[in-house]
Amino acid sequence: MKVLVAVKRVIDYNVKARVKPDNTGVDLTNVKMAMNPFCEIAVEEAVRLKEKGVASEIVVVSIGPKVAQEQIRTSLALGADRGILIETDEEVQSLDAAKLLKAVFEKEQPNLVILGKQSIDSDNNQTGQMLAALTGMPQGTFASEVAVEGDKVNVTREIDGGLVTVALNTPAVITTDLRLNEPRYASLPNIMKAKKKPLELTSPADLGVELKPSLTTLKVEEPATRQAGIKVADVAELVDKLKNEAKVI
Amino acid sequence: MSILVIADHENGSLKAATLNVVSAAKAIGGDVEVLVVGENCGSAAEAAAKIEGVSKVLVADNAAYGHQLAENLALLVADLGKGYSHILASAGTTGKDFLPRVAALLDVAQISDIISVESADSFKRPIYAGNAIATVQSSDSIKVMTVRSTAFDAAAAEGGSAAVESIDNVQDAGISAFVSAEIAKSDRPELTSASIVVSGGRGMQNGENFKMLEAIADKLGAGVGASRAAVDAGFVPNDMQVGQTGKIVAPNLYIAVGISGAIQHLAGMSGSKVIVAINKDEDAPIFQVADYGLVADLFEAVPELEKALG
Ligand SMILES: Cc1cc2nc3c(=O)[nH]c(=O)nc-3n(C[C@H](O)[C@H](O)[C@H](O)COP(=O)(O)OP(=O)(O)OC[C@H]3O[C@@H](n4cnc5c(N)ncnc54)[C@H](O)[C@@H]3O)c2cc1C
Ligand SMILES: Nc1ncnc2c1ncn2[C@@H]1O[C@H](COP(=O)(O)O)[C@@H](O)[C@H]1O
Repeated sequence: MKVLVAVKRVIDYNVKARVKPDNTGVDLTNVKMAMNPFCEIAVEEAVRLKEKGVASEIVVVSIGPKVAQEQIRTSLALGADRGILIETDEEVQSLDAAKLLKAVFEKEQPNLVILGKQSIDSDNNQTGQMLAALTGMPQGTFASEVAVEGDKVNVTREIDGGLVTVALNTPAVITTDLRLNEPRYASLPNIMKAKKKPLELTSPADLGVELKPSLTTLKVEEPATRQAGIKVADVAELVDKLKNEAKVI
Repeated sequence: MSILVIADHENGSLKAATLNVVSAAKAIGGDVEVLVVGENCGSAAEAAAKIEGVSKVLVADNAAYGHQLAENLALLVADLGKGYSHILASAGTTGKDFLPRVAALLDVAQISDIISVESADSFKRPIYAGNAIATVQSSDSIKVMTVRSTAFDAAAAEGGSAAVESIDNVQDAGISAFVSAEIAKSDRPELTSASIVVSGGRGMQNGENFKMLEAIADKLGAGVGASRAAVDAGFVPNDMQVGQTGKIVAPNLYIAVGISGAIQHLAGMSGSKVIVAINKDEDAPIFQVADYGLVADLFEAVPELEKALG
């Protein structure tokens, strides 16, 4: 089967985002960027499906500026076969991202589409579900286990109360949660090999999708900062403070 | 302006988060209607009818909605939702699953995880693991959003007397099926609504040691949470993870034990009223947000704390 994986370029998860002084957004100049961690898990899952002989081809797609090719190359080094960059410098909101991915889905006709559950910049947690709705596909969100069985895929999902397993017809959308797998690192030979793998450039216009953002960010602020409190000397002082000062127990 | 709130419920009982979502809806202003969708969910509908400020309750009770499959829920909510100005659900895993699907079917954006209502079309929401707060304005005719329940006070559970109307609208996409569930059973309060939460991290070393935290939780009537590292290591199940990509909690008291305080963890608990950290590393970042920090070996401090709580 063919697997399509969507990967997003975002701020590195180790970097603390800083709000711009003019409150128009987060300052990303000279900030380390990387593949969204949930997308790394998505690529890893596709590669494992290929290693098991379940997947025959892995296509990776990203939407973003030209530099997002880096994240596609990383995916190719990890084992994906081919990349597509939908190049745009515009802000792409989730619904538009889903429409762009739908256009790629229709062209490529994959049996599975794997996305991260959440981008760590927008914290939206929507794109996979929207893609599934637009294409009429079922969805296995927040996946911690994926088992392809014939033309169905069983997905175990991390939910608030525990775990639930659903059986989905294919083609299906899967969004990854943290426990699905532990992504590998790309080896140097594979990084070299990835440079020769095909990477197609396209654009929203080429795909016939007009970006129509309906959300405007009016302002971005620092959250209320917490002041560090005091250090207590021992458990007795802690209990006394909680009882008599904070009055929470 | 009518607002549709999709109720959170489980086995016929209404979940507390619904009360917070109703408050968010009231803050927008307008009639607030609640949709209860599920199988054998009549008692949840009755409970919803009693919430103060709710003008009508719709119930869609059918086997097709039994396991809250997103494919089926979304078809129903998108169909009913056309007549409303806003559609709200709590930002739990059910809302996060089906609501973006509703938005896409209606060809509108979803605003995820709102923490405040600025006006009928502008809302605040955290981004970048809570390191920034965005005010977002929507130009869509129907505003679809998930609500961070800890950011809104609960509406009164009693006092209303809304009419309950049965909806005969069965949507079965027929593309997904429930297989099985492993639902954690616990007598402790739910993490997201508990007034005290005790969480353990990698420093706990194994699952067995979480019993020490449970003993404290029992004495305080607290919920028990964990860091990602503790879940990944298999000490405790996934539903206990607190953080950017786990549960968001905001209790009166949060006690972090053997947790370093990574930004992804802070994103899930820094809204707590009082934070206590117990960690043997005096430079652990958790101390930068803790009201009361105790630098100590948890294997000594935690049993001592349990004893001190009487
Ligand atoms: C995409 C992404 C999403 C994430 N989402 C989340 C999330 O939702 N929630 C979350 O928690 N994390 C999340 N993380 C992980 C996060 O970055 C940290 O790795 C994690 O929170 C660390 O957990 P910890 O504090 O338990 O472990 P560590 O960082 O290893 O800290 C253990 C602490 O225990 C202390 N300790 C050890 N032994 C003792 C002892 N005997 N007595 C006292 N103290 C002791 C140590 O001093 C140390 O500070 C996410 C990461 C990524 C990349
Ligand atoms: N610009 C993008 N390019 C590629 N994939 C994306 C993009 N935006 C979102 N996605 C995918 O959708 C997932 C969830 O993103 P979000 O809905 O923004 O939280 C990500 O982990 C990606 O797999």
